Amino acid sequence: MAHSRTANRYSALSLVREGLRGHSGWQQAWRSPEPKAAYDAVIIGGGGQGLATAYYLAKNHGMTKVAVVEKGWIGGGNTGRNTSTIRSNYFYPESVALYDYSLKLYETLGKELNYNIMFSQRGVVTVAHSDAEMEIAARIVNAMQINDTDAELFSRDQVLEKAPLLNSGDQARYPIFGGVWQGRAGVARHDAVAWGYARAADGFGVDIIQDCAVTGFLIENGRCVGVETSKGEIRAGAVGIATAGNSGVVAGMAGFNLPIKSYSLQAMVSEPVKPCLDTVVLYLGTGTYLFQSDKGEIVVGGGIDRIPSYAQRGNPPVQATVLSGMLEMFPSFGQLKMLRQWAGVVDVVPDSSPIIGPSPVPGLYLNCGWGTGGFKAIPAGGVLLAHLMATGEHHDISRPFDLDRFRTGRLIDEAAGSGIAH
Amino acid sequence: MQLFSCPFCGPRDETEFTFGGEAGKERPEPAPDVSAEDWSKYLHRVGNPRGRTREIWVHHTCGEYFLMERDTVSHVVAGTQSLRGGGA
Amino acid sequence: MTSHRIGSLAAETLHFTFDGTRYHGRPGDTIASALLANGVRVVGRSFKYHRPRGIMGYGVEEPNALVDVTLNGITTPNLRATTEALVDGMIVRSVNASPTAADDRKGFLDRFAQFLPAGFYYKTFIWPDWHRFEPSIRAMAGLGRLDPRNQPPAQNPQIAAHCDVLVIGGGPAGLHAAQQAMGEGKSVMLVDDQPVIGGSLLSRSAEIDGKPGLEWAATVSADLQANGHRVLTDTTAYGIYDHNLVALWQRRAGQSDAQWRVRAKEIVLAAGAIERPLIFPDNDRPGVMLADAALSYLARHKVLVGRRIVLATNNDRAYPVADALRRAGAAVTIADLRPQASDGALASAKIEAVHGPKGVEAVTISGQRIAADSLLMAGGLTPSVHLYCQAGGKLTYDETIAAFVPRDDLPGIRVVGAAAGQYALTEILSLGGEPHPYAIAPAWPQRDAKGRQWVDFQNDVTVKDIALAERENFRSVEHLKRYTTLGMATDQGKTSNMNGLATMAALTGQTIPQTGTTTYRPPFVPVPFGVVAGRRRGEFFNPVRRLVLEREHRDAGAVFREYGGWLRPAWFGGANAAANIRREAIAARTTVGILDGSPLGKIEVIGADAGALVDYNSYNTLSNLKPSRIRYGFMLTESGVIYDDGVTSKISDEHYVVSCSSGHVAGVVARLEEWRQDRFDPARVFVHNSTPQWATLTASGPNSKALVAALGLGVDLDDAALPHMAFADGQFQAAPARVSRVSFTGDRSYEIAVPSAKAASLLAAMQEAGKPLDAVLMGSEALLLLRAEKGYVIAGKDTDGTTMPQDLGIIGPMQKRQNEYVGRRSLLTDNAQRPDRSHFVGLTVEGDTTLPVGAHGVETLNSKRRSIGFVTSSYDSPTLNRPIALGLIERGMERKGEVIDLVHLGQTFRARIAEPCAFDPEGARLNA
Ligand SMILES: Cc1cc2nc3c(=O)[nH]c(=O)nc-3n(C[C@H](O)[C@H](O)[C@H](O)COP(=O)(O)OP(=O)(O)OC[C@H]3O[C@@H](n4cnc5c(N)ncnc54)[C@H](O)[C@@H]3O)c2cc1C
Ligand SMILES: [Zn+2]
Repeated sequence: MAHSRTANRYSALSLVREGLRGHSGWQQAWRSPEPKAAYDAVIIGGGGQGLATAYYLAKNHGMTKVAVVEKGWIGGGNTGRNTSTIRSNYFYPESVALYDYSLKLYETLGKELNYNIMFSQRGVVTVAHSDAEMEIAARIVNAMQINDTDAELFSRDQVLEKAPLLNSGDQARYPIFGGVWQGRAGVARHDAVAWGYARAADGFGVDIIQDCAVTGFLIENGRCVGVETSKGEIRAGAVGIATAGNSGVVAGMAGFNLPIKSYSLQAMVSEPVKPCLDTVVLYLGTGTYLFQSDKGEIVVGGGIDRIPSYAQRGNPPVQATVLSGMLEMFPSFGQLKMLRQWAGVVDVVPDSSPIIGPSPVPGLYLNCGWGTGGFKAIPAGGVLLAHLMATGEHHDISRPFDLDRFRTGRLIDEAAGSGIAH
Repeated sequence: MQLFSCPFCGPRDETEFTFGGEAGKERPEPAPDVSAEDWSKYLHRVGNPRGRTREIWVHHTCGEYFLMERDTVSHVVAGTQSLRGGGA
Repeated sequence: MTSHRIGSLAAETLHFTFDGTRYHGRPGDTIASALLANGVRVVGRSFKYHRPRGIMGYGVEEPNALVDVTLNGITTPNLRATTEALVDGMIVRSVNASPTAADDRKGFLDRFAQFLPAGFYYKTFIWPDWHRFEPSIRAMAGLGRLDPRNQPPAQNPQIAAHCDVLVIGGGPAGLHAAQQAMGEGKSVMLVDDQPVIGGSLLSRSAEIDGKPGLEWAATVSADLQANGHRVLTDTTAYGIYDHNLVALWQRRAGQSDAQWRVRAKEIVLAAGAIERPLIFPDNDRPGVMLADAALSYLARHKVLVGRRIVLATNNDRAYPVADALRRAGAAVTIADLRPQASDGALASAKIEAVHGPKGVEAVTISGQRIAADSLLMAGGLTPSVHLYCQAGGKLTYDETIAAFVPRDDLPGIRVVGAAAGQYALTEILSLGGEPHPYAIAPAWPQRDAKGRQWVDFQNDVTVKDIALAERENFRSVEHLKRYTTLGMATDQGKTSNMNGLATMAALTGQTIPQTGTTTYRPPFVPVPFGVVAGRRRGEFFNPVRRLVLEREHRDAGAVFREYGGWLRPAWFGGANAAANIRREAIAARTTVGILDGSPLGKIEVIGADAGALVDYNSYNTLSNLKPSRIRYGFMLTESGVIYDDGVTSKISDEHYVVSCSSGHVAGVVARLEEWRQDRFDPARVFVHNSTPQWATLTASGPNSKALVAALGLGVDLDDAALPHMAFADGQFQAAPARVSRVSFTGDRSYEIAVPSAKAASLLAAMQEAGKPLDAVLMGSEALLLLRAEKGYVIAGKDTDGTTMPQDLGIIGPMQKRQNEYVGRRSLLTDNAQRPDRSHFVGLTVEGDTTLPVGAHGVETLNSKRRSIGFVTSSYDSPTLNRPIALGLIERGMERKGEVIDLVHLGQTFRARIAEPCAFDPEGARLNA
């Protein structure tokens, strides 16, 4: 390890000790160094995916001459804007392998990083509204069980037991027939995931360079050997792209297109109220999902906006749809107010599965296409991109997610297979 | 809520329109002569520009497809144009 | 408790309770003004430390006074006491306090504050597991309490409007702008969040156009309305969206709140400015209040917040406040933080301590203890630039007024008045002359101060927390906000953001503009969810489509279910679904069933290129049909996946009718239209959706011919004249009637399409004609069963988003067609040619267990289970007297006869892979 972090070990005890001396002993969570001229690996994008990649390069592969370059502040992209739902209720074995691996890493991540990421495994229920949807729910539950992840087919009563305030009356537009339950799923504190990885990576000596935008690539003999940035050129043995909604722009700098379109995805929160909802609820009928944060806010999200955009702000028609969906599900939430509303730019791929693998330019690797669901995959995405950058080879789990699937046609389209858009 | 101008109907709320794709795509044909790479490009590869873009949109109310130039960051619409020969 | 109301108390006619104690108020009061009038000091507790808190502000900026209000037995949580009008009979409770705000059981938490700094939770609760701590943390968090019985009806109207000029803010600047716009002949809309127009004139007197300020405001407002312009009070502009759309939240007495969506050519932002608190130790004590707020309570509610007041200020605006308070009878000591102070004021004053945990008792100023019951703060103004920034405006820091102001006007957006940093009336009204002095010496936090100094009051963020964030490198303002929660409370940082970032600037040694501001996000104030959602609930959320014959079906005992967005009879005869479906299916096999098939698509493709378009749209060639003939086929996506199936009828070389499944009508019309305009000469082919014009009733079963014959449609029903997959046109009651022989049950069937207006008569006629035949009405479920017996696929149920035509064994067109069609190239990809694709097959169980739909076939390889496909349809067949099932199974077509294992929710099954068609494979019954 490059430098010691012993004084900074977080615990109740250290909190008390520091409390008694005015918290004067806390170190920086991460340093803000100037970029060096060269690194073994440079990762573009200081979101969760990029920061986790740096951490696993150091931890799993012993590579510590690593930099993360971030055009703004770390976690300021989708990692700091998402609704933080973590689950692995997927249909295809390839997807379960990826997302369940991620979920498992999340289960111990707080301890591993010595940072409370507040992973709250309160369960996710996806509610079905007809016999036909219950048949599809069964199809998914069975697939999940065969792929060795936890899943239960819930009856109507079980759904209502988890979320008693749901609209169960006869007048409901979307009656509750039951649903898919994954008990290990839950939510976490999104910022903490970025900060925890940053702090741990920094502990290994990784340089986290904020306010540093990548503006181009250094390409020699057809191979990527570094990046041009707003703080000058940085050479690198391997370069990784983890820039979510901006992946198309960054790929363009390297001279290729991706099967990615960028859209706004919005979320909203209410003012805090005392606990009234203990799980994450998603309705197939409305497309709205919600949960209550530890602070007491109802956090609500839904589908992407309909217009390709980099504007990173929300749009009233989708807001109205998401919120009317929420009120259809929880009529009593009509007494609450919308406190904040925001959007992130998500990287939408035709089959809604990520792209992890080499890019068309040697030396340059991709981790993108997470769309509306890459927060849950941060630990796994980091491990997989780190593996690629360190070895030049796919990890078994990332192989199916290679860019070449668009040529072979072997897409991993969850919506197509499960009948449910994820 | 954005305001788009259909070349046939005039300014309308965005909810009346659907995005049809980036302009200028040619469908490679005939199928037996098309390489996997070219077909994949046609199906999936997009420019996804940040900034000025040319796109095909459809206005549901009248059913017409048309060309729109707009900015994907500022959302300023530079103009719309009929795809019918001779313009509308 | 002494009254703080000045003058007569006769008007105190409204009764309310706060934390269980009865009080009085008067019409025009807010909850806050009434509480102050009654001398209530502690109105709430802070979020983290449960510190006692009093009212600090007058309006939307209030961080402390949040209350749950019960009226007529229904409670609404988290209302801001400063913006909520007092209503007779209100039961008001403080939030986050128990039993009362004054005596809160959790008040002890403040003693542990030193161990609970910003972000303490990231550093602890890691062992043994966060989930252990979470429930108790959650119980502590949250403010108000949700009332499950409070289910506001979906009655919030959403009103669209447009105007030339939308003026936001009814103070002097806004009124002036509105007046000017009206003078230029523009249509104007003026909105203000207060119940009366006037803005700052409501509390600060002025003379405009020779009139007292308020009178002038009322005249302008009346003038606007008299000239047909809209003036909306109690209306908050909360968001600016693309292309100059402004969202307003209007509170309407006695009615549901409304949302307005106003599209304005020009937006004039005259939203004023909000006073900043000063930062000094214990500045959160109850009784510490903004000076402007105290002035407003006095001027607007005749409430004098204290008798012995200390007024701390760093600018000149406080002096008139002191004068007004003195005139009302208070003793006011001005503590001016600046070195030079006007007459009587303490200069270079330093607030060192505020005494009195549950209400100010004394203030220590520069070493001197002064008895006081209130401490007012005038920290300078922060312009309300929220909407400007939401619209993408950039700010610039103006040193002279120590505030961020808009840098440039945006296209279509102008900022005026205090929102633009213009605080003097002369300046605002462009009267020329001397600008009113607003000399301010910024008084950012004292680094060396003892004690805790609050920056964000509700979320308990102190200067020390910001220092900790700085020490730990959470220096970016966005990190600062997220790490400390500064500015994230329900007041959204209206009083704290500026002080917070100035503190960070002081700590890092950067300037304030270098430190920057956080993003301004909508809404400007918390807005009820119902206002944003509007009336789209229940059936309005996503209207179901209804059959013309819904009433007739209901009368006949139909049980309705939603299929592809249509409400259709699932079966007839009441609750016992299984028995009724079986009864209907048996009747349709043995005699005749009548089915309403109206939602099936009928899309006409007309013109010289019609044949080419329907061919291109379809996997199967259709143009080589003979007129009056029908063909079944598939439509693929460009990815080669089955999109839908259906039959196409050829009327002539230039006229086809494409039928598709009910849920896909809009989609098929859209794709036909897209290709028509993209590939064809749009003058040579047209697409018309005539689905809703026609009602279609189907007679199916061995006696269907007899039934149709009895209708006398004038169609030759002889099988030679009207064979299977042909149609003929006849007449029903003088209206056109098309009779098509297509079958979805495998039995002889006739589809009769008549204009929708004739649907009821046709149904009656068919029932009449069916009586001697024991015909039954059948619903969709029986039809689904009958087609499953035949192994007919339902796109979307028996196929998934990966199924291609070859997976159904239909490879003819792929191998033989020479021309282009949608999806053609995708049928040739590696993936399409993969040997291990899933095929559509039948599944036969031995014994009488019906396979559950959703069960997966499994295979075990190296002791690891793997899915090899799943069951898509499954029934107990009344015709065959055994279970039947269909599924998508890996390499299924090559494995016919093999027995596979299946699992469903831990149960195991076995089934043999078979042909999909379990009944009458030769198709003899089509003509029986
Ligand atoms: C509203 C919303 C809700 C969501 N809800 C969920 C959810 O519940 N569950 C879930 O799993 N996922 C969810 N997601 C998706 C999830 O947030 C993302 O998939 C995930 O955060 C992606 O992480 P990332 O690190 O790849 O991207 P980001 O966090 O966006 O990081 C990319 C970084 O790259 C930087 N960057 C871009 N271009 C450059 C450049 N040229 N130079 C340097 N840096 C650059 C950006 O500034 C950014 O910080 C949601 C997303 C949104 C917007
Ligand atoms: Zn139009």
